[in-house]
Amino acid sequence: MLTEKLKARFGDLILSAQNERDEETLIINREGAYDFFRALRDEPDFQFNFLTDVTAVDWLERKPRYDVVYQLNSLPLAHRIRVKIGVDGPEPWVHSVVGVWGAADWLERECFDMFGVDFKGHPDLRRILMYDSFEGHPLRKDYLYNKRQPIVPEIDPVVNPIRSSR
Amino acid sequence: MSLPARWKDKIVPSDSSDEIMELQMGPSHPASHGTIKFNLKLDGERIVDCDVEVGFLHRGFEKMCEQGTWTQCFPYTDRLNYASPCINNVGFALAVERLLALDTTERCKYVRLIMSEVARIADHLTCLGMASSEVGATTVAFYMLEAREFLYDLIEAVTGARLTVTWCRVGGMTHDLPEDFADRMKASFARLDQVLTDCDKLLSRNRVFIDRMAGVGKFSKEEAISYGLSGPLLRATGVSYDVRKAHPYLVYDRMEFEVPTGDRGDNYDRFNCRFQEMYQSKRIIEQALKALPEGPVTITDPKVVLPDKEKVYNSIEGLMNHFKLIMEGIHVPAGEVYQAVEGANGELGFYIVSDGSGRPYRVRVRPPCFLGMGALNKMLIGRMIPDIITTFGMINMIGGECDR
Repeated sequence: MLTEKLKARFGDLILSAQNERDEETLIINREGAYDFFRALRDEPDFQFNFLTDVTAVDWLERKPRYDVVYQLNSLPLAHRIRVKIGVDGPEPWVHSVVGVWGAADWLERECFDMFGVDFKGHPDLRRILMYDSFEGHPLRKDYLYNKRQPIVPEIDPVVNPIRSSR
Repeated sequence: MSLPARWKDKIVPSDSSDEIMELQMGPSHPASHGTIKFNLKLDGERIVDCDVEVGFLHRGFEKMCEQGTWTQCFPYTDRLNYASPCINNVGFALAVERLLALDTTERCKYVRLIMSEVARIADHLTCLGMASSEVGATTVAFYMLEAREFLYDLIEAVTGARLTVTWCRVGGMTHDLPEDFADRMKASFARLDQVLTDCDKLLSRNRVFIDRMAGVGKFSKEEAISYGLSGPLLRATGVSYDVRKAHPYLVYDRMEFEVPTGDRGDNYDRFNCRFQEMYQSKRIIEQALKALPEGPVTITDPKVVLPDKEKVYNSIEGLMNHFKLIMEGIHVPAGEVYQAVEGANGELGFYIVSDGSGRPYRVRVRPPCFLGMGALNKMLIGRMIPDIITTFGMINMIGGECDR
């Protein structure tokens, strides 16, 4: 129902749509995404005024490698939708939606921090959970989970016991 | 940590003989319960700009979930919002069960609902108690923490632990309610009632308290929706959005309860929303206990649930079943699902992706207080330093959930 309306309204922008487990998912073109989101928020048929979440999934072997995933919710109409944009390349990017929803500010910063996805047009895109000198993006599949990057050197108390100065 | 780009702009102080002071508050400030840093620009005592720094408690929750089996994620979810771990457990279990297209037993749904609500009351008591102690009402804090202990006793009787409960499993729970649960609950609630009445008398019309809370940290309806605030923060602005009503899960659609809302969107309304929600949660629990059906709490699908120990030790089938589930994990069909539950702080969502193997491909949590913290600088600009404490307290930032 919702998918048909969206397809009729946006046409070629929507690459594919599916409905699984009662959840609507759209895969859309990166170009024109900003206007698409603004229309989703403003048009009376959709009214997606609540940005629930922005995140990404790294598919490592697949082309395009990343999915940037937006979860939208409409408070007045009580429906949800998931929108995905496939991005690829050494410097993946999408357009920022901070101008549409304020919540995108921190959510996009986190997505940038964790996946290295650049949100073009974000007013203040910098790391949020990790520290500035951190190298790499930890939620990428090629970042090993047990890799360590301590800010202060880690000292093994067994090898180098802490002695009292007295 | 780098500072925002806008900080390079010069700000002219209101008094030309003064200058703008930069102050770093935290990350270990006695009044901020939780590791958080505020980088402030001050004109006198007025906040001109505030950069909120989070991430000090980042443990790589999402990364670690990808390393183990689905069942092994449950201990990690406990440590998200550690003031109400039962709700996190339930949310994650519901998400995986939806991917599996699995329906749990009726009793399981009721028990999960009851424990979620007990956890919600405990969480609100923690938040309100701490927030009151920060404005000087230490008595209230200790009353509330005492009341929370009654509830923790209740949670301990059911799950075996006060905080890190790890109590849900895919398809059910580790334990059913104890036989005397209804009596225990009655006793706990009788004492809780007394505490709530006392605290209400101490605070709700207290001049000092109202002066510190009313009109502070104000947020309009439109702003709150745009910033993705949910839970008591959103409801305080007058938006009656509650996941339990808007997208019901478990058996919330069979329960009668109200969603308390405010109208001014300030800290006092947030306080009141939380306070009223405790009474509503109590109402839900009482209804659910009345309607609680008999039967098992866990399904018996051998592909999902571990076999009884008796079978494991006495038959080769049981042993193999156990071995497969532990070593390979539950095979969740490929796909993705977003399941939201109403956490104590707002919409707690689990977005999980499976590639069909026994391990999660991606687990994403939508942390409600992370978005609250994202809006904090908007709430603070133009206010005074003491207002940081009350506003931060009412957002109820829980490090485990915000930083993951």
